[in-house]
Amino acid sequence: MTKQDVLAVDRIRCDGHGVCAELVPELIELDDWGYPIIGNAPIPDAIRAHARRAVSSCPALALRLGVPE
Amino acid sequence: MSGISLLAGPDRNGPERFSDHMARLGPLPPDAPSLIDVLDRSGLRGCGGAAFPVAAKWRAVAAQHSGERVIVVNGAEGEPLSRKDRLLMQVRPHLVLDGAMLAAETLRAERVFLYLGAEHTGAVRAMTGALQERSETDRRRTRLVTAPVGYVSGEESAAVHFINDGVALPTTTPPRPYQRGVGGRPTLIQNVETLAHVAMIARFGADWFRQLGRSGSTGTALLTVSGAVAAQTVIEVPQGVTLAEVVDAVGGTSARASAVLLGGYFGGWIAAEQAWDLHVDAASLKTGGHTLGCGVLAVLAASRCGVIESSRILTYLGDQSARQCGPCVFGLRAIADAVHSVAARRADANDIARVRRWAGVLGGRGACHHPDGAFGLLHSALRVFAAEFSAHLERGRCTLDARAAAA
Repeated sequence: MTKQDVLAVDRIRCDGHGVCAELVPELIELDDWGYPIIGNAPIPDAIRAHARRAVSSCPALALRLGVPE
Repeated sequence: MSGISLLAGPDRNGPERFSDHMARLGPLPPDAPSLIDVLDRSGLRGCGGAAFPVAAKWRAVAAQHSGERVIVVNGAEGEPLSRKDRLLMQVRPHLVLDGAMLAAETLRAERVFLYLGAEHTGAVRAMTGALQERSETDRRRTRLVTAPVGYVSGEESAAVHFINDGVALPTTTPPRPYQRGVGGRPTLIQNVETLAHVAMIARFGADWFRQLGRSGSTGTALLTVSGAVAAQTVIEVPQGVTLAEVVDAVGGTSARASAVLLGGYFGGWIAAEQAWDLHVDAASLKTGGHTLGCGVLAVLAASRCGVIESSRILTYLGDQSARQCGPCVFGLRAIADAVHSVAARRADANDIARVRRWAGVLGGRGACHHPDGAFGLLHSALRVFAAEFSAHLERGRCTLDARAAAA
């Protein structure tokens, strides 16, 4: 299995529900319009489970785990 | 200015006929397996805006494991200030087709799409007529499609999306077109001017192309010169000449200039006194924080207001959003509205602080680079027109007041 290291958002699918920022505020904040700002920082092990939950909870199916660009 | 290439030959009186074109330049070299290496040595970069090295792009397509590959000839030319692509198609359509066929041969592509801006009717007519003059092989593998009017239609993934599904809007990348493009096949998308250069380089070689440039630059470039100049026109110049030489070549400025817009709406403003000594060379401009973009050089007269001009461009770019990504739909719109309120002298320092904060967090957050291009323009405007922004914000004064007072 490849190591999945960062959170990535499909900007076209994203509708700005903001669920991700509630589940992993350590990695995601929202801009003035509710769209996620995600840094390129790798996901710390301690919050990996939260990150996975954010991916599965995204109502727009816009969030995924990916490798850094 | 000597040393021209693409526009050498007969005057700009309509499309050059295939027979004349062949008599003037000779046939293409038969099967050129080493063309990619020649392009590499030539230093040719894409002329659509990103200035990506052409050889690297072709190699990326060639490296894909797939039987069939596809060529897309990009003549969408959605940049409002650019005219060079449609002029080239109107006067030298066979150079463009030569380049497309060379790409098809080199990359073993069976299909070639001519993706042309629907509103560029002269270019569409010229390319349609030129295609009819070509061999049956060329004709059979080529299809002409007209792209809907719009700034984002010419973006690579939008072109692929339109050819595949009839929707000229960008898609999420990866996959990029060179990986999965038209029909899911590895696809080379190349601007029409780039392909025309390929046609010349294939005939006359990398060294010939390199020596066309000046001051260490290679080849030539088509530029669209507009604004406060004696003649608004498309001109071919050796790469490496200065912007002052370009403006001289079109008869000089027609009024005192305060700034130039280099690279088009995705480019940036440069204060006139800093602009003239810059060289037409994508790589050196990039080092200096500028871009040649699609070769637009627009001169702003000192009597015009930089805030108002920038506001117009940002509003246009906001309107031209594909409306797919939140940061572009809402963020770019908010920035355009705020800058408009500065232009209209209804804003204060808080508004401009907000604009700076927004631009800081919106970069890189669209599926395509539409918002990023707009923010580049915005940052250059805040820098070059800093005094005019302050005058608007703090004293409610505009450069146009002086002109109104004088009238």
